[in-house]
Amino acid sequence: MATIGLFHYLAVAAILLTLGIFGIFLNRKNVIVILMSVELMLLAVNINLVAFSTHLQDLVGQVFAMFVLTVAAAEAAIGLAIVVVYFRNRGTIAVEDINLMKG
Amino acid sequence: MIPATTFASLNWSLALPEIFLACAAMVLLVFGVTRKADPQREVSWLSVLVLAITAALVLAQGGDKAQAFAGLFVLDGFARFVKLMVLLAAGLGIVMSISYLEHEKLSRFEYPVLILLATLGMMMMVSANDLMSLYLGLELQSLSLYVIAAFARDSERSTEAGLKYFVLGALASGLLLYGASLVYGFAGTTNFAAIADVLTRADAAKPPLGVVFGLVFVAAGLSFKVSAVPFHMWTPDVYEGSPTPVTAFFSVGPKIAAVGLFLRVMAGPFAPMLGQWQQLMVLISIGSMALGAFAAIGQSNIKRLMAYSSIGHMGYALIGLAAGTAEGVHGVLVYMAIYLVMNVGTFACILCMRREGRMVEGIDDLAGLARTDPLMALALAIFMFSMAGIPPLAGFFGKLYVFLAAVKAGMWALAIIGVLASVVGAFYYLRIIKVMYFDADAGAFEPRPAALSAVIAGTGAVTTLFFVWPAPLVVAAQAAAATLFGG
Repeated sequence: MATIGLFHYLAVAAILLTLGIFGIFLNRKNVIVILMSVELMLLAVNINLVAFSTHLQDLVGQVFAMFVLTVAAAEAAIGLAIVVVYFRNRGTIAVEDINLMKG
Repeated sequence: MIPATTFASLNWSLALPEIFLACAAMVLLVFGVTRKADPQREVSWLSVLVLAITAALVLAQGGDKAQAFAGLFVLDGFARFVKLMVLLAAGLGIVMSISYLEHEKLSRFEYPVLILLATLGMMMMVSANDLMSLYLGLELQSLSLYVIAAFARDSERSTEAGLKYFVLGALASGLLLYGASLVYGFAGTTNFAAIADVLTRADAAKPPLGVVFGLVFVAAGLSFKVSAVPFHMWTPDVYEGSPTPVTAFFSVGPKIAAVGLFLRVMAGPFAPMLGQWQQLMVLISIGSMALGAFAAIGQSNIKRLMAYSSIGHMGYALIGLAAGTAEGVHGVLVYMAIYLVMNVGTFACILCMRREGRMVEGIDDLAGLARTDPLMALALAIFMFSMAGIPPLAGFFGKLYVFLAAVKAGMWALAIIGVLASVVGAFYYLRIIKVMYFDADAGAFEPRPAALSAVIAGTGAVTTLFFVWPAPLVVAAQAAAATLFGG
């Protein structure tokens, strides 16, 4: 049995980050999915930080991960609030309808 | 190991301006909630007072480079200089928005409080000395800005701008954070000075690959925050959709803070990797200048035009960073200070574009302004000439300093491309002047609010007369740039 080392954790985090980025750009349906993708990216970062923290025997990474979790919660709250006011104005949160301004 | 900390060893007095600003913002929030009628006007003026006191506290902190909170926070001349610019931008941003918010029935006291919190975030950013404090400052700023972009919550455009800004901003924060985690893992620390140490000891030609990856991600996240090509896509939409005073604030405050952070990160922890990031900065800078020059030509909405203009200006500012010398940083600081003044002036003029009770934003709406309001036309013409970089106006000197720094660093090609881009860019600035002075009248605007007239007059005077007495700004910027490189 091979042991699970730092490299495996980094690979998982990299895959999650890539999934998050693709989720933002390829998704044409729903803004909520974008919010989930953003969370996925932040969680990938957390895996990285905690894995490095264990590997380096250094607590800073775990402290950093705590801060990231806190900020991610605040970010999700603000994101959902903006999605709600947007829905009240337009009656839809489909990504392809977010096109009042070209760009 | 972490040494035992006592209250005094935190050196918290170095962060006194930030602590004051944070407390004052919360007091103002409570004050606003306890009032029956919405006290937007009172809270706005009190916020300006708070910003002035904070600026006085920043000025009162003399002294050399010092660290606080176990190395998380650093105070030096560079941080003080950038903080003063940010505070000025926030103060002017609040003053310019008071009458707009009343006209547009957006009069809510949360607006100035949110600007105060964003300003606090920016001050934390420029004083960051650790990847953690960098991230927290950046997020405090960004989260406040997402909300004020969508502040006109009954407007489809404003909420769309807020949504786009949020999604792309969160993506950029994620990338930056991923980069930060890689740097932490492969350098073994999050402290800027310690990262610089690790990188100095490493072989200069072959720094750890993980740190190089991290550097690229961090640079991508920061380029997004300064809206440099190729991470500029959000800028035109957010500028066009947000309420105009918000756009005015976006184009100065966060830009200055993000450029300050960019300088601190590249010239601090990653200074030993100059060879790696210099090429990156040259590409970003050239891309931004070119896009700013060409994409603005076809625009008919003046806020959208200013968005492309600001992308171009970021390109010029980053020339100084690409030079990678103290002289380059000096150029960037002078450039940002001058950019602050002329951009605020331009947006004060845009905020005066009100006809029949509504804001108008078309460049055509400025037609014949020279006859209906000659003073405002003159001021706007001065700002446009200055942005185009025509001597003897202030904008010329901003460009001069960054181009000189690039030439002295041996980057002739970059300086020449910069000059060419500013020649192309002059076309659309001059077009606005042509519309104002030579086209048939589109009708007069409503009378200017007094606060906006004062801002236009002040910024116009500084832009025009900068060449008479440039010493205070130039000398202060030089001292500030020296502290960043002095170590």
